[in-house]
Amino acid sequence: MSDQNHDVLVQVKGLTKHYPIQQDFISRLLSAEEAKKVRAVDGVEFDIRRGEVFGLAGESGSGKTTVGRLVLRLTDPTEGDIIFDGVNIARLSNEDMRQMRARMQIIFQDPFASLNPRMRIGDGIGHGVKIHSDATATERRTVVETMMEYVGLTPAKLYYEKYPHQLSGGQRQRAVIARALVTRPELVVADEPIAMADVSVRALLLELMIRLKEDFNLTYLFITHDLATAKYICDRIGIMYLGKLVEVGDLRDVYTHPSHPYTDALLEAVPVPDPESRHEKPLPKGEIPNPIDPPSGCRFHPRCPLAVDVCSEIEPELRPVEGSTGHLAACHLTTGDYRHLAPK
Amino acid sequence: MANNTLLNIENLSVEYKTRMGWVSAVDDVSMEIRQGEILGLVGESGCGKSTLGKALLRINPPSARISGHLWFHGEDLMTLDDEAMRQIRGQRISMIFQDPMTSLNPIQRMGDHLIETILTHEPEVGKEEARERAAALVDRLGISSNRLDDYPHQLSGGMRQRVMIGLALALNADLIVADEATTSLDVIVEAQFVELLKELRDEFNLTILLITHNIGLVAEISDRVAVMYAGRMAELSDARSVFKETLHPYTQGLLKAVPNIQIDDDEELYMMGGSPPDLVEPPMGCRYHPRCPKVMPVCAAEPSHFLESKPDHFVNCWLYEDIPAEYADKELSE
Repeated sequence: MSDQNHDVLVQVKGLTKHYPIQQDFISRLLSAEEAKKVRAVDGVEFDIRRGEVFGLAGESGSGKTTVGRLVLRLTDPTEGDIIFDGVNIARLSNEDMRQMRARMQIIFQDPFASLNPRMRIGDGIGHGVKIHSDATATERRTVVETMMEYVGLTPAKLYYEKYPHQLSGGQRQRAVIARALVTRPELVVADEPIAMADVSVRALLLELMIRLKEDFNLTYLFITHDLATAKYICDRIGIMYLGKLVEVGDLRDVYTHPSHPYTDALLEAVPVPDPESRHEKPLPKGEIPNPIDPPSGCRFHPRCPLAVDVCSEIEPELRPVEGSTGHLAACHLTTGDYRHLAPK
Repeated sequence: MANNTLLNIENLSVEYKTRMGWVSAVDDVSMEIRQGEILGLVGESGCGKSTLGKALLRINPPSARISGHLWFHGEDLMTLDDEAMRQIRGQRISMIFQDPMTSLNPIQRMGDHLIETILTHEPEVGKEEARERAAALVDRLGISSNRLDDYPHQLSGGMRQRVMIGLALALNADLIVADEATTSLDVIVEAQFVELLKELRDEFNLTILLITHNIGLVAEISDRVAVMYAGRMAELSDARSVFKETLHPYTQGLLKAVPNIQIDDDEELYMMGGSPPDLVEPPMGCRYHPRCPKVMPVCAAEPSHFLESKPDHFVNCWLYEDIPAEYADKELSE
């Protein structure tokens, strides 16, 4: 599903990550069958276009964070290709991958855990520059201070000397953003970057991330469980369920015409900050099942309000949603061959 | 109105001792919790909402300095000795925390948690009957009763949180304090849990104090909403009034900063300037004044009071209070 009309920065094909389950020696010896695996990511495909914010959303255990780590090859895929600007990084040697990493960065959820508590903020931000460039200490300091001013850690000279515990949560996340951007990457994977921030700080961080993206021509993979926040930053979005991408498309299309029953349920479940628009919601039953032994056929079928027999038998593929471009969903009843079975 | 008050909080203050000095976590909060209501208590981290919740059960750390009154069924909980307070906890006032895994005993079966609770509370009940009641209870909570013998780690996050509610129900607690009880749950599970809470409230005539930072959640479920900022109560009224006829500038900003999922092209999130204050040395006057877009000279000098500005709509802001004469004509210096 490569995209001819767009400049694609990252193309992910058949991406799969299975984690083996630790078994003790005896059960390994006695068990005839194949060792069990957690199927965290199972055949995921999408493109990230240069300059866009591509969102990846889903509940815990959907595999969205694992995809983010795979895209940077912080963990090796079990199968599949990750083509970054024409190079398949899934097959690169560790040394070549290290070179490549200068072009990509990651921002984690918890800014406190991502900053070395014993390193001054300025040194922490400049650490990547030290690794990825030959800049002298003075040059490095200038680069770091400029970036700190840029993200709003002003006056930079003052904040340079501070330690992480002396900063507020919002300031720490700004420092983490500055550290990610100071090496001038092309791709930034942001894994729940504002989930820990308070409401009043969140809007400021989102605005900062959008401004930086424009000014530095960045591309974001924005991983979130919060569909409301995704709305303010993502151009396109993919919805994951139990290791599978179930729907992908322009954010507007996905939100206004959700074409997978899971996407529909997710959007319905988001609380609306308006006491006058309360409504009884038909919620799917139960919780996300165990990825060790995912349901047969469509993995959502045991919880799906629309499920018919075929849903438990055949696994649906991502297919185009009628009447739109680039909007795909993996559901027999909306985009698959069994549309005639869908309840009206 | 006063006759259906379940718990009346009067001038409650809680301070914590830290290396930096005393932190004024809750400052002179007064409000009532009414029988049968779901009262949403919202605010950002560090605003004192959890400290307030814990103070209702008097489970703040021993170093905390607490003053005020907590009137509950005609007694002041603040005057009870430890043994009497232990009788209140769990049985009359129950608390559900964010992480149910830390509240359940990892080596005790789920059913045994409930059975033990029932037997302790009602010693006349037989073991068989207690087990039957536990089974009926988990069934009502949407957990299959053949999972009574599961250990907590075998249950999902949503189920664990249901068990916590079950423990409160088994004891017929009058008041449930739910402190970020849904925060660790995924959005669909959270919505399921909230639906369940609403049903249980109606069925068992529960009173719930729902402490959360999630404003959308509060809008979905609360009868009344209390907003805290920097240790003080900013605004309190029925949910519709707080959301639709918002009085306090902080609440106004907070509501504009909440993301929603409606697709609307012109919409932008409001960006509140500044950050919440350091409560070791809180700002003089109104604690929100350094960030407030409507700040007046009096705000920086004198604290405003938490007053009933409209019927049953309380607000803590000089905009709705008579300003002392000496500040009335002053211009804001700066």
